[in-house]
Amino acid sequence: MLDKELRSMIGQVKDGRMDRRAFIKRMAAVGLTAPLANQILALGGVAMAQSPAVYKPTKRGGGGPLKLLWWQGPTLLNPHFATGTKDQDGSRLFYEPLASWDADGNLNPILAAEIPSVANGGLAADAKSVTWKIKPGVKWHDGKPLTADDFVFTWQYASDPATAAVSISTYGEITVEKVNDLSIRILFKTPTPFWANAFVGAYGCVLPKHLFSDYKGSKSREAPNNLAPVGTGPYKFVEFKPGDVVRGQLNPDYHMPNRPHFDTIEMKGGGDAVSAARAVIQTGEFDFAWNMQVEDDVLLRLEKGGKGKTLYATGGDIEFIAINFTDPNTEVDGERSSIKTKHPIFSDPKVRKALSMLVDRESVKKAIYGRAGRTTANYLNGPEKFVSKNTSWEFNIEKASKMLDEAGWKVGSDGIREKDGKKFKLLYQTSTNGPRQKTQAIVKQACQKAGIDVELKSVVASVFFSSDVANPDTYPKFYADIEEFQIPMTQPDPALHMRRYISANVATKENKWQGQNFPRYVNKDYDAAIAAAETETDPVKRAALYIKCNDLLWQDTVFIPVMHRLKVEAAANTLRPALSGWANETDNIQDWYREA
Amino acid sequence: MSQYVLRRLLIAIPSLLGISAVLFFVLALAPGDPFSELATNPNVPPEVQAALRAKFGLDDPIYLRYLHWLSAMMHGDWGFSFVSRMDVDKLILQRLPTTLYVIGSAQILALLVAIPVGVYAATKPYSVFDQVANTLAFVGFSLPTFFTGILFILIFSVTLDWLPFVYTTDINATGIRWVLEMIRQAIMPVAVLGLFQAASMTRFVRSAMLDVIRLDYVTTARAKGLGQATVIVKHVMRNAMIPVVTLIALQMPAVFGGAIVTEQIFRIPGIGSLLISSILSNDTPVVMAVTFVFACLVVLFNLIADVLYGWLDPRISFR
Repeated sequence: MLDKELRSMIGQVKDGRMDRRAFIKRMAAVGLTAPLANQILALGGVAMAQSPAVYKPTKRGGGGPLKLLWWQGPTLLNPHFATGTKDQDGSRLFYEPLASWDADGNLNPILAAEIPSVANGGLAADAKSVTWKIKPGVKWHDGKPLTADDFVFTWQYASDPATAAVSISTYGEITVEKVNDLSIRILFKTPTPFWANAFVGAYGCVLPKHLFSDYKGSKSREAPNNLAPVGTGPYKFVEFKPGDVVRGQLNPDYHMPNRPHFDTIEMKGGGDAVSAARAVIQTGEFDFAWNMQVEDDVLLRLEKGGKGKTLYATGGDIEFIAINFTDPNTEVDGERSSIKTKHPIFSDPKVRKALSMLVDRESVKKAIYGRAGRTTANYLNGPEKFVSKNTSWEFNIEKASKMLDEAGWKVGSDGIREKDGKKFKLLYQTSTNGPRQKTQAIVKQACQKAGIDVELKSVVASVFFSSDVANPDTYPKFYADIEEFQIPMTQPDPALHMRRYISANVATKENKWQGQNFPRYVNKDYDAAIAAAETETDPVKRAALYIKCNDLLWQDTVFIPVMHRLKVEAAANTLRPALSGWANETDNIQDWYREA
Repeated sequence: MSQYVLRRLLIAIPSLLGISAVLFFVLALAPGDPFSELATNPNVPPEVQAALRAKFGLDDPIYLRYLHWLSAMMHGDWGFSFVSRMDVDKLILQRLPTTLYVIGSAQILALLVAIPVGVYAATKPYSVFDQVANTLAFVGFSLPTFFTGILFILIFSVTLDWLPFVYTTDINATGIRWVLEMIRQAIMPVAVLGLFQAASMTRFVRSAMLDVIRLDYVTTARAKGLGQATVIVKHVMRNAMIPVVTLIALQMPAVFGGAIVTEQIFRIPGIGSLLISSILSNDTPVVMAVTFVFACLVVLFNLIADVLYGWLDPRISFR
């Protein structure tokens, strides 16, 4: 039914009988987010709306200096070597992709002349190729013209394993061919409903062939331009000191009218988040600071009568507690948490459900995240069209206790539940981080009331998130009963986000714990739904499949979502940054300006 | 004398080798790797991280990695940073001027405060001046720099709005304005570090002076009718300074090493902040280079201190 209705609505939008905004609203009402609704329209033959221009300046330059404060400064300026977002942010001042994501999850054309759609012939009906038209007349900072060759080269460069590019996963599986000087075609091996990955967003930045062609492959590190970028971006490179400062100046030949607004740009690194917030909000030494991982109380206090304010951008980043489906305390063939074992307590779904009732998300929000979080029952929280409306959560110690009683876990003489002589004891691990450890304390308290003994453990982030095979404390090894951290959603599409938990991806000793399914969740229905979604070209059916996956994770209580986290930034009162929860902070830097 | 220096230098070689081996193995045993940031990015499959580890040789056995590093170091190749993929020597040289300027100024400030105050306090022990100086010194070295640093920021930047608290390496100005800006932004970090150092050094100078000032030869000098200034400067200070010189000489390598905490608070792009960020991201080549240079400087300045003894006190001979 939904399917039919949708088709007629798409038809209405096409004929102009229904306006795009009304369509998106209707979609939101049935649980589809704006970016998804837009991609639905794109596949339905309606061109994606270009984001409404709210850019006010009427001439290039004149905005004075723009001072950015990143409390971890960029350490390199080649977007294809960028290990962290800080490096992507620094590179993005100079390099550009074909398109970036705007606040609503729409594609915003940058180097592209237009966004591909079925109507303009950009998207193939079988979803196996996409053709991009490149904006004519774009020049590199050294005056050479930008052509399709640069894109083909960037693909060859990034997909060569010897280059050691971190973007290899984006480019390795595709083929890029030159159609003519100003258009390229990306070919996929299998039907790919989410086509906006290569040359879009942070890893989409294109490199100049004439400067990097000698440094493809194993010589990639020696390229002098790794540290002195020559791009097409709004700012020209001036100076770079790794970890300290990146400096740029206005590009007088920039390809967008009236942009950029600022005459110079400076990105300073170092220090900590609190003092960065202070420098922007309280003293006004800087215009913008990134990633304000600061307690809301502190931010509210700084904002009183300050020179700046905090800004929030909604994406799909999810902070969760994952449940281990295998036994972390039994060794099988020299491997703990082996897929051959079953968790002695959590193999009962009732117990998992009871545990999720012991996580007081409202208190976590109130006490820790404040304006920077939203409570949720879902693992998948965006874009809107993929968000399930079928789920719910509650915090209820009594109900949880009852469920545990029913499951056979009776309160023992010491107040701790036991079953068949086994105590209900949990090891709860996370990375060392203030908010996470506070969440641990809140959960532990509720568990104690319900007769569960929780031991808390925190591991230094550099260990917890490392791929060191020899270290027992990494999150993929999961030598604990439950663990908490955050997985960011870096693009407005759930494909990669949800693919992690198929049974083929279980982290094991055999794959050196590189399997991304760290809860070791195995469910045939889930596998089938993911497989179907990955080749489904009908966007509505595809969204329904991902919603089903989310609901499976919820039904089986694989994750206890703690908080849907928003991005928090600090900006001067007069600054108008263009931010998006689906992109890095500087991904739309050309649209930033200062209100007079 | 030259034979003594030569012998000391030769002894330094095995100790430096030992230091480098210990440093390297401890670092290699430390958990984590430089690509951990990739781990939670769902866009980057873990194979990418594993491939990078293999490419940068992080999966080789530790002793092989050490031998590689050692032989490269012998050839003057310091390696490259895993994090910024830039040569380590460039990275260090880039940060050296700022470190020398800020930490050097702090040391000079410390000496300029500690020596006069310490000497004057010692000439009038238990006077009001001595009591005040002592109390302040106690307060000074009891307050850690991360506390005084933040206190200074709250007072001078946030409340009074006089001084900037984010250090900028290249100030956008020329001539006298540039000089003034450089001084303005260095006032807080130099004061925080310098006064902290001065506090403990004052106590040291004072007690060294007191040890000497009661000796018979000082009384003799006074009996000869020499003026107070001559007695103090020429007779007392020269002898009292011997332990002080050791202390200062051993602190000289710290000028190179930077001040980790203070650099972090004021965002000074010095060696200290480079070291801490490299340690946090497991960037072994950078950590090795910084700590090894630091070790060399400690050995060197020890030698310089020993040679200076001979000049200050001709009775000490070198054998």
